[in-house]
Amino acid sequence: MNTKMPDAEIQRPVKLSCRNLWKVFGANAAEFMRAHGGEATTAELDEASLVGAVRNTTLEIREGEIFIVMGLSGSGKSTLVRCLSRLIEPTTGELTFNGKDLLKASEAELIDIRRHKMGMVFQHFALLPHLTVLENVAFPLSIQGIGKAEREARAHKMIDLVSLNGREHHFPSELSGGQQQRVGIARSLAVEPEIWFLDEPFSALDPLIRREMQTELMRLQSVLKKTVVFITHDFDEAIRLADRIAIMKDGEIIQIGTPEDLVSNPATDYVAEFTADVNRAKVLSARTLMGAPTNKSNGLEKVAAKAKIASFAAAIVDSSKPFAVIGDDGEVMGEISPGTVIDLLSGKERGAGR
Amino acid sequence: MSDIALSTGRVHGANRTGQLVVAGMIAITAVILLFPDALSALAKYPDGLVVPFKDWVGAFMAWLKANFTWLTRSLAAAIDVPLRFAFSLLAKGFKFGNGETAWTLPRLSWLGVTAVMVWLGFNFGGLRLAVLCGLGFLALVFFNVWDNSMLTLALIAICVPFCIVTGLFLGIWGHLSPRANRWFIAPSLDLMQTMPTFAYLIPMLLLFGASPVSALLATGLFATPPMVRATILGLNKVPQEIKDFADMAGCTKSQKLWRVLVPSAKPSLMIGVNQVIMLALNMVIISSMIGAGGLGYDVLLALRALKIGQAMEAGLAIVIMAVVLDRLSQAMAHKRPEAVIAAGFWGRHSNTVLAIGMLLGSTVLSIAFPAMNKLPDSLTFTTAPYWKAGVDWITINFFDTIETMRVFVLLNFLNPLRASFEALPWFGILLVLTAVGWRLGGWGLALVIAVLTGFCATTGLWVPAMQTLYLCGVSALVASALGIPIGLWCSRSDRVSAIVTPIIDTLQTIPSFCFIIPVVMLFRVGDVTAMIATVAFSIVPAVRYTNHGIRQVPHQLIEAGIVSGCTKWQLFRRVQLPVAMPEIMLGINQTILLSLSMIIICAMVGTRDLGQEVFKALSKADAGRGIVAGLVIAFIGIIADRLITAWVNRMRERRGTA
Ligand SMILES: Nc1ncnc2c1ncn2[C@@H]1O[C@H](COP(=O)(O)OP(=O)(O)OP(=O)(O)O)[C@@H](O)[C@H]1O
Ligand SMILES: [Mg+2]
Repeated sequence: MNTKMPDAEIQRPVKLSCRNLWKVFGANAAEFMRAHGGEATTAELDEASLVGAVRNTTLEIREGEIFIVMGLSGSGKSTLVRCLSRLIEPTTGELTFNGKDLLKASEAELIDIRRHKMGMVFQHFALLPHLTVLENVAFPLSIQGIGKAEREARAHKMIDLVSLNGREHHFPSELSGGQQQRVGIARSLAVEPEIWFLDEPFSALDPLIRREMQTELMRLQSVLKKTVVFITHDFDEAIRLADRIAIMKDGEIIQIGTPEDLVSNPATDYVAEFTADVNRAKVLSARTLMGAPTNKSNGLEKVAAKAKIASFAAAIVDSSKPFAVIGDDGEVMGEISPGTVIDLLSGKERGAGR
Repeated sequence: MSDIALSTGRVHGANRTGQLVVAGMIAITAVILLFPDALSALAKYPDGLVVPFKDWVGAFMAWLKANFTWLTRSLAAAIDVPLRFAFSLLAKGFKFGNGETAWTLPRLSWLGVTAVMVWLGFNFGGLRLAVLCGLGFLALVFFNVWDNSMLTLALIAICVPFCIVTGLFLGIWGHLSPRANRWFIAPSLDLMQTMPTFAYLIPMLLLFGASPVSALLATGLFATPPMVRATILGLNKVPQEIKDFADMAGCTKSQKLWRVLVPSAKPSLMIGVNQVIMLALNMVIISSMIGAGGLGYDVLLALRALKIGQAMEAGLAIVIMAVVLDRLSQAMAHKRPEAVIAAGFWGRHSNTVLAIGMLLGSTVLSIAFPAMNKLPDSLTFTTAPYWKAGVDWITINFFDTIETMRVFVLLNFLNPLRASFEALPWFGILLVLTAVGWRLGGWGLALVIAVLTGFCATTGLWVPAMQTLYLCGVSALVASALGIPIGLWCSRSDRVSAIVTPIIDTLQTIPSFCFIIPVVMLFRVGDVTAMIATVAFSIVPAVRYTNHGIRQVPHQLIEAGIVSGCTKWQLFRRVQLPVAMPEIMLGINQTILLSLSMIIICAMVGTRDLGQEVFKALSKADAGRGIVAGLVIAFIGIIADRLITAWVNRMRERRGTA
């Protein structure tokens, strides 16, 4: 899988990682896990009437990437992200942030980390009902003891960023859902966090607003370049936003990869089922579908290896000639034929889809 | 599948055994009833076995009094300072010096106080509330009850902030430590809220004497529990996401509490504040018996002298005060926050400055114009003669009818019922209640019920307890029998609901004391009066919960019923009523608890039961006797509450699994 990952991503430093992380709910969960040597099967957990909300999870989140955790309701996404931010204590496992053991951080250190390095956006916004938009956004600064003038200036900047100017003195109850979540986003960014957790931030919004907010998020990320951990149960949303996606089922991560990996190489039938309805032309790139270069390749029209099929599908079908696929360095890497593209568009490719 | 079948079979089996056990206990009771002579120790609790709780409590109180005089004295002195200040400010004026050189700083002018009330009403509830507040307070001025009203208001003004702060801190403790809540706070609250009001007066009277201070302390104790409950409820209800947000923003523990949790829980807290104010008013009125003074004292004097007009007038003043305070505090509770954009001192405090200005201005003016301090008697008028004339007219024209009715009810229903309740054997009832508790809530509940019932018997107060049970039971039954149909009617017609709702809202705000006044005029003293006053007081929850219960039946269920071809009656009988049943039962539970609290106050109109025990103990300042009788009353309430709640939970559970 790693071979397909763009080289740049491999070199980026790891921001947050966990190894063999477990979160088991129920009485005496910790003792149970110790007794079982830190591993337990579903049957064993069931027998002890415990819930394994997160099981044996290992992942690395790299600086500047959008890492998406995707899974159906009850699969343990929220529990995972709450463990990663230490809102709840993992039952067993390791957790490192910026190379330091986060589980060893004292209360005071944790408060400090959260005040300066972490931001979080919540599904139901979690705005404080008694504060105005401005005061809500300034709240995290205010509890750090930052003076009124400065925190309001910074809050104004954040409100600008999410285009809510003119609503500073409204109360949350006077805003629409989309606007409320913009406040939530502005608030979480006010402290300029290094890592940004978003737990199903757009699930409570209706589809049109959701799309608009996704676009907004991508715009923000192109400016801010935060490390993002984004939870969703909507695979389309995941594909739109993700650099990498982790698919979760019953507390376990069953595959981690780029959207293209998941679509072209699903690890299990479960993943394949998710990807079945995806518009492949928008996910797969020229590189994935190309064949070997021929000697005629040099004379053909060119297309970048990273280009998504959808971006040149019309052109290639119109010209009804193969295109040459060019790597980052300008070398010809292969050739892609109109037939392959038509097959993909009509859903014949690999027998998947409808 | 087979698993489910098995488990329902088991439940069914348990059900059968439960029924059999309860039936068995009832049979034992019947046997005891049939052979009262042979089993006399089981029928009538033997005098020789009475545990002298009374003496113990009495001795303990005496010990407290003897050894903690320094504490009670200094406490009284400390409380006296703000209380005296409030009295002077609102009612009496500040007197300086004595003899020739004495001079008085006037109290706040009635005009200023009324203006501030109007201003508050306008700010929180718009024109309507402003008019209500204005008219209400003007009525107090013109009916010449201003002095006493302000004494009452002063007591409340001192008491309520204290209750709110104490309640808030206890509530926070309960929220932070669920264990303390479960084992200490919740049971104490249950006990405090079922203890009859009189029982609060006795220890205060004993320790602090008859004075406004002891009235204030009794009121404070009585009015704090709802604030504790509202705080716990409100804090527990704050969404998990908001709590997570507080952590993620890096709040320290105290920042999380004071800047996130408490403000987020504000709506619940404000409901608590409203309840504190209403209970405080209720209790301040009742504590006129131990020297609170104010409006309650007027009622008390008038009732004792059977001065119908005066009693009615003072009662009316209390009702006015209650309605104004209730509506105002509710409006404050529901007020949505408003952004204050204007900067600077004036921008933020203009309202406060204006209010203080009105008070000071009118008070200064009142030095020049005494009419603004105290309205001349020539301008006031009294409604007392009209009330008296009205009642006289009714008595002259309908005396026979009313009397016949009263005697008929008394002879044919109440007296026989009373006799049969008095004959209930303590041991049989103990067994039956325990069995019912076991069936509804398992061994834990059975144990609690057995201990509480056992206490009622071992104090030697079994017969008065049964007398209370009889009066309370009859009243609650009548209240439910009237209230539930009214609630059903409301639920089926918005028009009816629009008429009934304001009536029950007002009924609910009226302090319990006031219900007695009109009834005692018509029916004189005795069980019938007690019953009617109690029914009027306790009917509200029966109406409200029924209406609410039926209205909240999910719409899909009703549509499903219609689709499957139910007639209107079937729909009601088979869908709405069963779904609303738990809610209706909770209403009945409330009705029972209210009945119990009211029936005790009715000791003033000559009932013979536990209330009379407490009442007598109060007049003799016999702490042991009063407190033990109060505990028995509280335990009756707790037993009823526990059993009904367990029943409702079972109903809900079964609905959930069905
Ligand atoms: N405090 C808790 N105690 C016991 N079980 C819990 C607790 N919190 C979560 N669970 C269980 O853990 C599992 C995972 O829950 P989680 O909330 O993480 O799912 P999710 O993927 O976020 O779902 P959703 O999309 O509905 O938010 C569920 O089975 C849930 O019932
Ligand atoms: Mg979730």
